[in-house]
Amino acid sequence: MARIYAGLATSHVPAIGAAIDLGKTGEPYWRPVFAGYEFTRHWIAQKPPDVVILVYNDHASAFSLELIPTFALGCAELFHPADEGWGPRPVPVVHGHSELAAHIAQSVILDEFDLTIVNRMDVDHGLTVPLSLAFGQPAEWPCRVIPLAVNVVQYPAPTGRRCYNFGRAIARAVESYPEDLRVMVWGTGGMSHQLQGARAGLINQAFDNHFLDAIGPDPDSLARITHLEYLRESGSEGIELVMWLIMRGALHERVNVLHRFYHVPASNTAVGHLLLDNQV
Amino acid sequence: MERANDYDDIPGTTVFDAERARRGYHLNMFCMSLIKAENRVKFKADEAAYVQGFPMSPEQRDAVLRRDWNRMIELGGNIYFLAKLFSTDGKSFQYAAAQMTGMSQEAYAQMMLSGGRPVEGNRSRAEWKNRG
Repeated sequence: MARIYAGLATSHVPAIGAAIDLGKTGEPYWRPVFAGYEFTRHWIAQKPPDVVILVYNDHASAFSLELIPTFALGCAELFHPADEGWGPRPVPVVHGHSELAAHIAQSVILDEFDLTIVNRMDVDHGLTVPLSLAFGQPAEWPCRVIPLAVNVVQYPAPTGRRCYNFGRAIARAVESYPEDLRVMVWGTGGMSHQLQGARAGLINQAFDNHFLDAIGPDPDSLARITHLEYLRESGSEGIELVMWLIMRGALHERVNVLHRFYHVPASNTAVGHLLLDNQV
Repeated sequence: MERANDYDDIPGTTVFDAERARRGYHLNMFCMSLIKAENRVKFKADEAAYVQGFPMSPEQRDAVLRRDWNRMIELGGNIYFLAKLFSTDGKSFQYAAAQMTGMSQEAYAQMMLSGGRPVEGNRSRAEWKNRG
Protein backbone atom coordinates (compact mmCIF):
# COMPACT_ATOMS: atom_id res chain seq x y z
CA MET A 1 0.00 0.00 0.00
CA ALA A 2 1.20 3.52 -0.74
CA ARG A 3 1.91 5.58 2.35
CA ILE A 4 2.48 9.27 3.01
CA TYR A 5 5.27 9.45 5.57
CA ALA A 6 6.31 13.09 5.59
CA GLY A 7 5.60 16.60 4.39
CA LEU A 8 7.79 19.50 3.39
CA ALA A 9 6.93 23.17 3.10
CA THR A 10 9.07 25.76 1.39
CA SER A 11 9.00 29.07 -0.41
CA HIS A 12 9.76 28.82 -4.11
CA VAL A 13 11.33 32.21 -4.89
CA PRO A 14 12.61 32.32 -8.52
CA ALA A 15 15.79 34.17 -7.47
CA ILE A 16 16.73 31.10 -5.38
CA GLY A 17 16.64 29.03 -8.57
CA ALA A 18 18.74 31.63 -10.37
CA ALA A 19 21.29 31.62 -7.51
CA ILE A 20 21.61 27.83 -7.83
CA ASP A 21 21.77 27.86 -11.61
CA LEU A 22 24.39 30.64 -11.69
CA GLY A 23 26.58 29.10 -8.97
CA LYS A 24 25.95 31.87 -6.41
CA THR A 25 24.92 29.73 -3.44
CA GLY A 26 28.18 30.47 -1.59
CA GLU A 27 27.78 34.24 -1.82
CA PRO A 28 27.15 36.07 1.48
CA TYR A 29 23.62 37.05 0.41
CA TRP A 30 22.60 33.48 -0.38
CA ARG A 31 24.66 31.35 2.01
CA PRO A 32 22.23 31.65 4.96
CA VAL A 33 19.29 30.69 2.71
CA PHE A 34 20.89 27.45 1.53
CA ALA A 35 22.23 26.65 5.01
CA GLY A 36 18.61 26.52 6.13
CA TYR A 37 17.99 23.52 3.86
CA GLU A 38 21.03 21.42 4.82
CA PHE A 39 19.17 19.41 7.43
CA THR A 40 16.47 18.52 4.93
CA ARG A 41 18.95 17.58 2.20
CA HIS A 42 20.59 15.08 4.57
CA TRP A 43 17.31 13.76 5.89
CA ILE A 44 15.77 13.23 2.49
CA ALA A 45 18.90 11.44 1.24
CA GLN A 46 18.47 9.02 4.16
CA LYS A 47 14.71 8.65 3.73
CA PRO A 48 14.07 9.16 0.03
CA PRO A 49 10.55 9.25 -1.34
CA ASP A 50 9.46 7.17 -4.31
CA VAL A 51 6.99 9.89 -5.22
CA VAL A 52 6.54 13.54 -4.25
CA ILE A 53 3.13 15.12 -4.69
CA LEU A 54 4.30 18.68 -5.20
CA VAL A 55 1.75 21.40 -4.55
CA TYR A 56 2.76 24.65 -6.22
CA ASN A 57 1.37 27.40 -8.34
CA ASP A 58 2.03 28.09 -11.96
CA HIS A 59 3.14 31.69 -12.58
CA ALA A 60 1.60 32.30 -16.01
CA SER A 61 3.82 29.63 -17.57
CA ALA A 62 1.66 26.60 -18.35
CA PHE A 63 -1.60 28.44 -17.77
CA SER A 64 -2.22 31.86 -19.26
CA LEU A 65 -5.54 33.65 -18.84
CA GLU A 66 -7.04 31.29 -21.43
CA LEU A 67 -7.55 28.57 -18.85
CA ILE A 68 -7.38 28.93 -15.07
CA PRO A 69 -7.95 25.67 -13.22
CA THR A 70 -8.24 26.02 -9.44
CA PHE A 71 -6.64 22.60 -8.87
CA ALA A 72 -4.75 20.91 -11.74
CA LEU A 73 -3.16 17.50 -11.31
CA GLY A 74 -0.31 16.56 -13.63
CA CYS A 75 -1.03 13.04 -14.85
CA ALA A 76 1.65 12.84 -17.55
CA GLU A 77 4.80 10.71 -17.66
CA LEU A 78 7.03 13.69 -18.26
CA PHE A 79 7.05 17.43 -17.54
CA HIS A 80 9.56 19.82 -19.05
CA PRO A 81 10.95 22.91 -17.29
CA ALA A 82 9.10 25.98 -18.60
CA ASP A 83 10.59 28.95 -20.42
CA GLU A 84 9.41 31.79 -18.19
CA GLY A 85 10.84 34.56 -20.30
CA TRP A 86 14.57 34.01 -19.82
CA GLY A 87 14.91 30.42 -21.11
CA PRO A 88 14.08 27.21 -19.21
CA ARG A 89 16.01 26.52 -15.99
CA PRO A 90 18.90 24.09 -16.63
CA VAL A 91 17.37 21.37 -14.47
CA PRO A 92 16.40 17.76 -15.26
CA VAL A 93 13.04 16.92 -16.79
CA VAL A 94 10.47 15.85 -14.22
CA HIS A 95 9.24 12.28 -14.38
CA GLY A 96 5.64 11.94 -13.25
CA HIS A 97 3.87 8.93 -11.81
CA SER A 98 0.93 8.64 -14.14
CA GLU A 99 -0.56 5.51 -12.50
CA LEU A 100 -0.71 7.04 -9.02
CA ALA A 101 -1.82 10.39 -10.46
CA ALA A 102 -4.69 8.72 -12.34
CA HIS A 103 -5.70 6.92 -9.17
CA ILE A 104 -5.63 10.17 -7.15
CA ALA A 105 -7.71 11.97 -9.78
CA GLN A 106 -10.36 9.28 -9.78
CA SER A 107 -10.42 9.03 -6.00
CA VAL A 108 -10.60 12.73 -5.12
CA ILE A 109 -13.22 13.55 -7.75
CA LEU A 110 -15.50 10.88 -6.28
CA ASP A 111 -14.59 12.42 -2.92
CA GLU A 112 -16.07 15.70 -4.27
CA PHE A 113 -12.84 17.55 -5.14
CA ASP A 114 -13.36 18.25 -8.82
CA LEU A 115 -9.82 18.84 -10.00
CA THR A 116 -8.60 19.33 -13.55
CA ILE A 117 -6.56 16.55 -15.15
CA VAL A 118 -3.56 17.82 -17.11
CA ASN A 119 -1.68 15.60 -19.52
CA ARG A 120 0.57 18.24 -21.03
CA MET A 121 2.13 20.92 -18.89
CA ASP A 122 5.50 22.59 -18.52
CA VAL A 123 6.54 23.18 -14.92
CA ASP A 124 7.99 26.49 -13.78
CA HIS A 125 10.12 27.68 -10.86
CA GLY A 126 7.23 27.06 -8.48
CA LEU A 127 7.89 23.35 -8.89
CA THR A 128 11.57 23.19 -9.79
CA VAL A 129 12.99 25.51 -7.11
CA PRO A 130 11.75 23.27 -4.25
CA LEU A 131 13.27 20.24 -6.03
CA SER A 132 16.60 22.07 -6.32
CA LEU A 133 16.50 23.05 -2.64
CA ALA A 134 15.90 19.47 -1.49
CA PHE A 135 18.01 17.57 -4.02
CA GLY A 136 20.68 20.00 -5.26
CA GLN A 137 21.83 19.68 -8.86
CA PRO A 138 21.63 15.98 -9.83
CA ALA A 139 21.65 14.76 -13.43
CA GLU A 140 18.19 13.28 -12.81
CA TRP A 141 15.71 14.01 -10.00
CA PRO A 142 15.87 11.06 -7.60
CA CYS A 143 12.11 10.46 -7.44
CA ARG A 144 8.91 10.72 -9.40
CA VAL A 145 6.93 13.93 -9.00
CA ILE A 146 3.19 14.48 -9.36
CA PRO A 147 2.63 18.22 -9.93
CA LEU A 148 -0.47 19.69 -8.30
CA ALA A 149 -0.93 23.26 -9.51
CA VAL A 150 -3.19 25.58 -7.52
CA ASN A 151 -4.50 28.86 -8.90
CA VAL A 152 -3.26 31.74 -6.77
CA VAL A 153 -2.73 34.16 -9.67
CA GLN A 154 -6.29 35.28 -10.39
CA TYR A 155 -8.26 36.11 -7.26
CA PRO A 156 -9.74 34.23 -5.53
CA ALA A 157 -7.45 31.34 -4.72
CA PRO A 158 -9.23 28.41 -3.08
CA THR A 159 -9.79 28.99 0.63
CA GLY A 160 -7.42 27.65 3.22
CA ARG A 161 -10.16 25.39 4.54
CA ARG A 162 -10.78 23.96 1.09
CA CYS A 163 -7.08 23.32 0.64
CA TYR A 164 -6.78 21.64 4.02
CA ASN A 165 -9.71 19.34 3.28
CA PHE A 166 -8.35 18.63 -0.20
CA GLY A 167 -5.11 17.47 1.42
CA ARG A 168 -7.09 15.01 3.51
CA ALA A 169 -8.77 13.66 0.38
CA ILE A 170 -5.35 13.22 -1.25
CA ALA A 171 -4.23 11.21 1.77
CA ARG A 172 -7.27 8.94 1.45
CA ALA A 173 -6.50 8.50 -2.24
CA VAL A 174 -2.84 7.64 -1.69
CA GLU A 175 -3.64 5.20 1.08
CA SER A 176 -6.00 3.28 -1.16
CA TYR A 177 -3.33 2.74 -3.83
CA PRO A 178 -2.21 -0.90 -3.79
CA GLU A 179 1.48 -0.58 -4.72
CA ASP A 180 4.02 -0.08 -1.92
CA LEU A 181 5.21 3.47 -2.42
CA ARG A 182 6.79 5.95 -0.05
CA VAL A 183 5.11 9.27 -0.72
CA MET A 184 5.86 12.80 0.44
CA VAL A 185 3.59 15.78 -0.01
CA TRP A 186 5.22 19.19 -0.43
CA GLY A 187 3.43 22.51 -0.02
CA THR A 188 5.26 25.43 -1.59
CA GLY A 189 5.04 29.20 -1.99
CA GLY A 190 4.89 32.05 0.51
CA MET A 191 5.78 33.29 2.96
CA SER A 192 4.77 36.94 3.27
CA HIS A 193 5.56 38.94 0.15
CA GLN A 194 4.10 41.52 -2.16
CA LEU A 195 5.50 41.97 -5.65
CA GLN A 196 3.26 44.74 -6.94
CA GLY A 197 2.22 48.32 -6.34
CA ALA A 198 3.37 50.96 -3.91
CA ARG A 199 3.22 48.45 -1.01
CA ALA A 200 5.66 46.05 -2.72
CA GLY A 201 8.27 44.62 -0.38
CA LEU A 202 5.86 43.98 2.48
CA ILE A 203 7.10 41.39 4.96
CA ASN A 204 5.26 40.33 8.11
CA GLN A 205 7.58 38.30 10.28
CA ALA A 206 5.06 37.95 13.11
CA PHE A 207 2.45 36.50 10.74
CA ASP A 208 4.97 34.13 9.16
CA ASN A 209 6.36 32.89 12.47
CA HIS A 210 2.89 32.27 13.80
CA PHE A 211 2.08 30.28 10.66
CA LEU A 212 5.27 28.21 11.05
CA ASP A 213 4.50 27.60 14.74
CA ALA A 214 0.86 26.66 14.27
CA ILE A 215 0.81 24.50 11.15
CA GLY A 216 2.10 21.44 12.99
CA PRO A 217 -0.03 21.44 16.14
CA ASP A 218 -3.00 23.57 15.11
CA PRO A 219 -3.63 23.63 11.35
CA ASP A 220 -7.32 24.09 11.97
CA SER A 221 -6.73 27.65 13.23
CA LEU A 222 -4.74 28.46 10.06
CA ALA A 223 -7.48 27.03 7.86
CA ARG A 224 -9.71 29.80 9.22
CA ILE A 225 -7.53 32.65 7.90
CA THR A 226 -9.62 34.64 5.43
CA HIS A 227 -8.43 35.88 2.05
CA LEU A 228 -8.68 39.46 3.31
CA GLU A 229 -6.37 38.63 6.21
CA TYR A 230 -3.79 36.97 3.92
CA LEU A 231 -3.84 39.96 1.56
CA ARG A 232 -3.64 42.56 4.28
CA GLU A 233 -1.22 40.81 6.64
CA SER A 234 1.04 38.75 4.35
CA GLY A 235 1.01 40.84 1.16
CA SER A 236 -0.84 40.24 -2.08
CA GLU A 237 1.32 37.20 -2.90
CA GLY A 238 1.40 35.77 0.64
CA ILE A 239 -1.88 34.01 -0.08
CA GLU A 240 0.24 31.26 -1.66
CA LEU A 241 0.40 29.90 1.89
CA VAL A 242 -2.95 28.17 1.34
CA MET A 243 -0.89 25.58 -0.57
CA TRP A 244 0.94 24.63 2.63
CA LEU A 245 -2.45 23.61 4.04
CA ILE A 246 -2.88 20.97 1.31
CA MET A 247 0.39 19.43 2.46
CA ARG A 248 -0.67 19.64 6.10
CA GLY A 249 -4.07 18.13 5.38
CA ALA A 250 -2.38 15.14 3.77
CA LEU A 251 -0.49 14.35 6.99
CA HIS A 252 -1.76 12.80 10.19
CA GLU A 253 -3.48 14.85 12.85
CA ARG A 254 -0.30 14.60 14.93
CA VAL A 255 3.04 15.37 13.31
CA ASN A 256 6.64 15.90 14.39
CA VAL A 257 8.33 19.10 13.32
CA LEU A 258 11.76 17.81 12.27
CA HIS A 259 13.13 21.10 10.97
CA ARG A 260 12.07 24.74 10.88
CA PHE A 261 13.77 27.59 9.05
CA TYR A 262 12.89 31.23 8.46
CA HIS A 263 14.90 33.93 6.72
CA VAL A 264 14.34 37.42 5.34
CA PRO A 265 14.90 38.22 2.52
CA ALA A 266 15.34 36.29 -0.67
CA SER A 267 14.81 38.98 -3.27
CA ASN A 268 11.31 40.30 -2.31
CA THR A 269 10.22 37.41 -0.14
CA ALA A 270 10.36 35.89 3.32
CA VAL A 271 11.65 32.32 3.05
CA GLY A 272 10.02 29.70 5.25
CA HIS A 273 10.73 26.00 5.38
CA LEU A 274 9.44 23.10 7.44
CA LEU A 275 10.00 19.37 7.42
CA LEU A 276 7.26 17.35 9.12
CA ASP A 277 6.69 13.65 9.55
CA ASN A 278 3.71 11.67 10.70
CA GLN A 279 3.46 10.48 14.28
CA VAL A 280 2.36 6.87 14.23
CA MET B 1 -19.06 48.06 -13.35
CA GLU B 2 -16.92 48.90 -10.32
CA ARG B 3 -17.95 47.15 -7.16
CA ALA B 4 -16.60 47.79 -3.70
CA ASN B 5 -14.53 44.93 -2.37
CA ASP B 6 -13.19 44.50 1.15
CA TYR B 7 -9.65 44.26 -0.21
CA ASP B 8 -9.87 47.69 -1.86
CA ASP B 9 -9.05 49.11 1.58
CA ILE B 10 -5.52 47.69 1.41
CA PRO B 11 -3.26 50.57 0.34
CA GLY B 12 -0.81 50.36 -2.56
CA THR B 13 -2.27 47.02 -3.61
CA THR B 14 -4.28 45.97 -6.66
CA VAL B 15 -5.92 42.59 -6.27
CA PHE B 16 -6.06 40.78 -9.62
CA ASP B 17 -9.69 39.76 -9.48
CA ALA B 18 -12.02 38.59 -12.23
CA GLU B 19 -12.99 42.12 -13.27
CA ARG B 20 -9.37 43.27 -13.58
CA ALA B 21 -8.50 40.05 -15.41
CA ARG B 22 -11.28 40.82 -17.87
CA ARG B 23 -10.01 44.36 -18.42
CA GLY B 24 -6.39 43.27 -18.70
CA TYR B 25 -6.92 40.16 -20.80
CA HIS B 26 -5.19 41.34 -23.98
CA LEU B 27 -2.42 43.16 -22.11
CA ASN B 28 -1.62 40.01 -20.17
CA MET B 29 -1.86 37.80 -23.26
CA PHE B 30 0.59 40.12 -25.03
CA CYS B 31 2.99 39.61 -22.10
CA MET B 32 2.35 35.87 -22.24
CA SER B 33 3.44 35.78 -25.88
CA LEU B 34 6.94 36.74 -24.70
CA ILE B 35 7.55 33.33 -23.14
CA LYS B 36 8.45 32.22 -26.66
CA ALA B 37 12.04 33.08 -27.57
CA GLU B 38 11.13 33.90 -31.19
CA ASN B 39 8.49 36.39 -30.02
CA ARG B 40 11.01 38.08 -27.74
CA VAL B 41 13.23 38.59 -30.76
CA LYS B 42 10.36 40.07 -32.80
CA PHE B 43 9.30 42.33 -29.96
CA LYS B 44 12.81 43.66 -29.37
CA ALA B 45 13.27 44.31 -33.08
CA ASP B 46 10.21 46.60 -33.29
CA GLU B 47 8.22 47.06 -30.08
CA ALA B 48 5.65 49.47 -31.48
CA ALA B 49 4.83 47.17 -34.40
CA TYR B 50 4.73 44.08 -32.20
CA VAL B 51 2.18 45.51 -29.73
CA GLN B 52 -0.11 46.36 -32.65
CA GLY B 53 -0.58 42.64 -33.10
CA PHE B 54 -2.62 42.47 -29.88
CA PRO B 55 -6.04 44.10 -29.44
CA MET B 56 -5.00 46.16 -26.41
CA SER B 57 -6.33 49.64 -25.71
CA PRO B 58 -4.10 52.56 -26.78
CA GLU B 59 -3.51 53.27 -23.05
CA GLN B 60 -2.32 49.71 -22.49
CA ARG B 61 0.04 49.84 -25.49
CA ASP B 62 1.40 53.18 -24.34
CA ALA B 63 2.03 51.89 -20.82
CA VAL B 64 3.86 48.87 -22.26
CA LEU B 65 6.11 50.98 -24.47
CA ARG B 66 6.87 53.35 -21.57
CA ARG B 67 7.37 50.41 -19.15
CA ASP B 68 5.00 52.13 -16.72
CA TRP B 69 4.43 49.15 -14.45
CA ASN B 70 1.95 50.81 -12.09
CA ARG B 71 -0.11 52.02 -15.04
CA MET B 72 -0.09 48.52 -16.55
CA ILE B 73 -1.39 47.15 -13.25
CA GLU B 74 -4.05 49.85 -13.16
CA LEU B 75 -5.11 48.77 -16.66
CA GLY B 76 -5.54 45.15 -15.66
CA GLY B 77 -1.98 43.84 -15.83
CA ASN B 78 -0.93 41.08 -13.48
CA ILE B 79 2.56 40.94 -12.05
CA TYR B 80 3.25 37.36 -13.20
CA PHE B 81 2.36 38.30 -16.76
CA LEU B 82 4.25 41.60 -16.57
CA ALA B 83 7.23 39.50 -15.44
CA LYS B 84 7.49 38.16 -19.00
CA LEU B 85 8.00 41.74 -20.17
CA PHE B 86 10.62 42.77 -17.61
CA SER B 87 12.38 39.42 -18.06
CA THR B 88 12.55 40.17 -21.78
CA ASP B 89 14.24 43.43 -20.75
CA GLY B 90 16.68 41.41 -18.64
CA LYS B 91 15.26 42.87 -15.42
CA SER B 92 14.45 41.15 -12.13
CA PHE B 93 11.39 41.09 -9.88
CA GLN B 94 13.33 43.27 -7.48
CA TYR B 95 13.94 45.84 -10.21
CA ALA B 96 10.24 45.91 -11.11
CA ALA B 97 9.15 46.11 -7.48
CA ALA B 98 11.52 49.03 -6.86
CA GLN B 99 10.09 50.81 -9.90
CA MET B 100 6.54 50.38 -8.66
CA THR B 101 7.36 51.78 -5.24
CA GLY B 102 9.21 54.77 -6.69
CA MET B 103 12.40 53.78 -4.88
CA SER B 104 15.85 53.27 -6.37
CA GLN B 105 16.72 49.61 -6.70
CA GLU B 106 19.52 50.11 -4.13
CA ALA B 107 17.16 51.67 -1.59
CA TYR B 108 14.57 48.96 -2.19
CA ALA B 109 17.16 46.18 -1.84
CA GLN B 110 18.37 47.78 1.39
CA MET B 111 14.80 47.92 2.71
CA MET B 112 14.45 44.17 2.01
CA LEU B 113 17.78 43.43 3.74
CA SER B 114 16.51 45.36 6.74
CA GLY B 115 13.48 43.09 7.01
CA GLY B 116 11.19 44.43 4.30
CA ARG B 117 8.36 46.93 4.42
CA PRO B 118 6.71 46.54 7.82
CA VAL B 119 3.02 45.74 7.99
CA GLU B 120 2.55 48.33 10.74
CA GLY B 121 1.23 51.47 9.13
CA ASN B 122 0.55 49.66 5.85
CA ARG B 123 -2.65 47.76 6.58
CA SER B 124 -5.32 50.21 5.47
CA ARG B 125 -5.92 53.29 3.42
CA ALA B 126 -6.74 55.18 6.62
CA GLU B 127 -3.24 54.45 7.92
CA TRP B 128 -1.70 55.84 4.73
CA LYS B 129 -3.93 58.91 4.88
CA ASN B 130 -2.98 59.61 8.48
CA ARG B 131 0.71 59.51 7.78
CA GLY B 132 0.19 62.54 5.55
